[in-house]
Amino acid sequence: MSITSGIQNQLKLRPRADDRTGQRSGAAGLPNKMTARGVKVFYGAKQALRGIDLDIQENRVLALIGPSGCGKSTFLRCLNRMNDTIEGCRVEGQIALDGEDVYGKAVDAVQLRARVGMVFQKPNPFPKSIYDNVAYGPRIHGLASGRDELDEVVQTSLKRAGLWAEVKDRLREPGTSLSGGQQQRLCIARAIAVSPEVILMDEPCSALDPIATAHIEELIDELRANYTIVIVTHNMQQAARVSQRTAFFHLGEMVECDDTEEIFTNPRDERTQGYITGRYG
Amino acid sequence: MQLTLLALILTLLTVIGFLIGRSRAAASVGGRVAELHSVPSYHGVYVALWAGLPALLLFLAWTASEGWLAMQLVLSALPERLTTGDGQSVALLKADILNLARDISTGREPDPLVAEAARRYAAFRDLADWSLLAVGASLAVAGLAWGRHRIGPDLRARPVVERVVRVVLVLCSLVAILTTVGIVLSLLFEALRFFTVVSPLDFLFGTHWSPQMAMRADQVGSSGSFGAIPLFAGTLLITVIAMAVAVPVGLMAAIYMSEYAGRGVRTWLKPALEILAGIPTVVYGFFAALTMAPFVRSVGEALGLDVSSESALAAGIVMGVMIIPFVSSLSDDVINAVPQSLRDGSYGLGATKSETIRQVVLPAALPGIVAAVMLAVSRAIGETMIVTMASGLTANLTANPLQAVTTVTTQIATLLVGDQEFDSPKTLSAFGLGLVLFLVTLCLNMVALRVVRTYREKYD
Repeated sequence: MSITSGIQNQLKLRPRADDRTGQRSGAAGLPNKMTARGVKVFYGAKQALRGIDLDIQENRVLALIGPSGCGKSTFLRCLNRMNDTIEGCRVEGQIALDGEDVYGKAVDAVQLRARVGMVFQKPNPFPKSIYDNVAYGPRIHGLASGRDELDEVVQTSLKRAGLWAEVKDRLREPGTSLSGGQQQRLCIARAIAVSPEVILMDEPCSALDPIATAHIEELIDELRANYTIVIVTHNMQQAARVSQRTAFFHLGEMVECDDTEEIFTNPRDERTQGYITGRYG
Repeated sequence: MQLTLLALILTLLTVIGFLIGRSRAAASVGGRVAELHSVPSYHGVYVALWAGLPALLLFLAWTASEGWLAMQLVLSALPERLTTGDGQSVALLKADILNLARDISTGREPDPLVAEAARRYAAFRDLADWSLLAVGASLAVAGLAWGRHRIGPDLRARPVVERVVRVVLVLCSLVAILTTVGIVLSLLFEALRFFTVVSPLDFLFGTHWSPQMAMRADQVGSSGSFGAIPLFAGTLLITVIAMAVAVPVGLMAAIYMSEYAGRGVRTWLKPALEILAGIPTVVYGFFAALTMAPFVRSVGEALGLDVSSESALAAGIVMGVMIIPFVSSLSDDVINAVPQSLRDGSYGLGATKSETIRQVVLPAALPGIVAAVMLAVSRAIGETMIVTMASGLTANLTANPLQAVTTVTTQIATLLVGDQEFDSPKTLSAFGLGLVLFLVTLCLNMVALRVVRTYREKYD
């Protein structure tokens, strides 16, 4: 059984959220939360992205797939201006959040990142207690006035991240004492705690075992109700399972972006076809 | 003379052994080196070891025992009236023999028997050296021949050489440890001699320091007093002042270098800061005494304060400046070792740079920073020259940084400067102070290590 037919089987077996709601998927269905037009990124003299146009729809999961070094993580990091922290990195083109240019003069990268949160490849809990890890964002942004409110925010975030039951008796223990999967859910809780509108996930499951991965994938599906999610993944089954739309990147270009089902069953471009059938990448 | 010759012969034979071993190993398999168990250079080292090592061991054993053996032989030939007596007279006799044998005048006409003994001693040593040369050289040649004989395709030269290398490494590390142990023991024994004269309680808890001992009963100021509390207090005061300067400045410099400075600035700033560590402490000392102390004094006077011309403040500030590079350089390394992923995590939540540094980077780097500070404290406690020059020798018991104080190390230096009798409590008290100093810095280092180990976050 080839990889493609495996994925196609999965798509058949698992009813798509869109099918359940009866809503027809497609670009016209939902408003765009973020839009990218002609995005080019340079690391020094090297060009990493060659003009990306992409729409990110509200309350959907968009998966970015493609071989290593194709620029999908770079693109993700443009969306909340994390590339600003890299020396020698230059971004051209336009990226808008709710119609407002995020690279515009009026936008502060710090405030932008509070609206567009990020979860990283490797779980990176701060060297603090579980509670303080989650409370970190609300504290620096002054989102909670008083102890009770902060407790409330922490509890809600941990519940949404599906971690509350496991950690509610050990909130004072260091975040690093958790298992890898728990740490990643802690990082998701930490991102949720600042009430972002968009959550960017850079291969969030690549350092996790299959069970922890399944946990996170379920979580992503639940989070979709409240947040817009962009996820970079190397795992095509994962893209098929969690996303509604998929964009395929190759050599710094966005080859095609369509409904996930379309991409995996009926790709228009040869390169996409080649990648998802495992011919390269 | 003979020993130099022997050293030359051994070196030569070792080199020859290496060359012979290497070429013979290759020749034994007709140049097809892959058929050898070990590569030819291991065979070379193998033969060289056989040539050099047994002879070297003989040389060490011989030189260690030769003098003692010669002395025993000579003494046994002397009449009993000379060799019996208390320990001191025998020691004197031995010293006379040694000096006469080396043609050093003892300052008095020697007993003809002793002069004869010295001649025999010298002759015996000469003979022994020549025979050592002969035996050592033959042993080296024999070893070389034996090693060469053993060479063949199946000789397992590599494991033998590796084992010898390992032993050499172990010996080297033992040298360092044994030296430390030796220093500590000598400190300990001298300190014990001091504590037989002055009670440890008086020393540790006395508040008056005046290390004088009477030579005559009616001497003025003959009451020696060895209460070391003023010294400990002075050391503490100056260390606290120094750390109050060095820790904030050093830490903030480290934060600037690792988090804010661009690559260009960093490449010259860090070495420039480290130049501070290369300035001799004497130079800091006269900077403190000639520039800082008058400055502190004039500022103090302008404020209407009574400032001594040699003040703890001046010495402490300059010492703090001296320590800045220790704190900044080590902290910089530690901060750089904090994984970028933690910073990204914080930025990803919309934290600003200073929030990230204060709440994520510094807590993560804390164990290393604590270690850096502890090291700096040890350094401050051990510093002598700046205090000697800028804060003086007056053992005041005061917490006022504008007064002159003195420190433990400064006192040790003054107590041992110049001609000293090594049986008076005045001199011996230096060893008591040294012991306390050693124990305190040892404890500090152990606490620092413990802190670092307990609170270290494991990043992979």
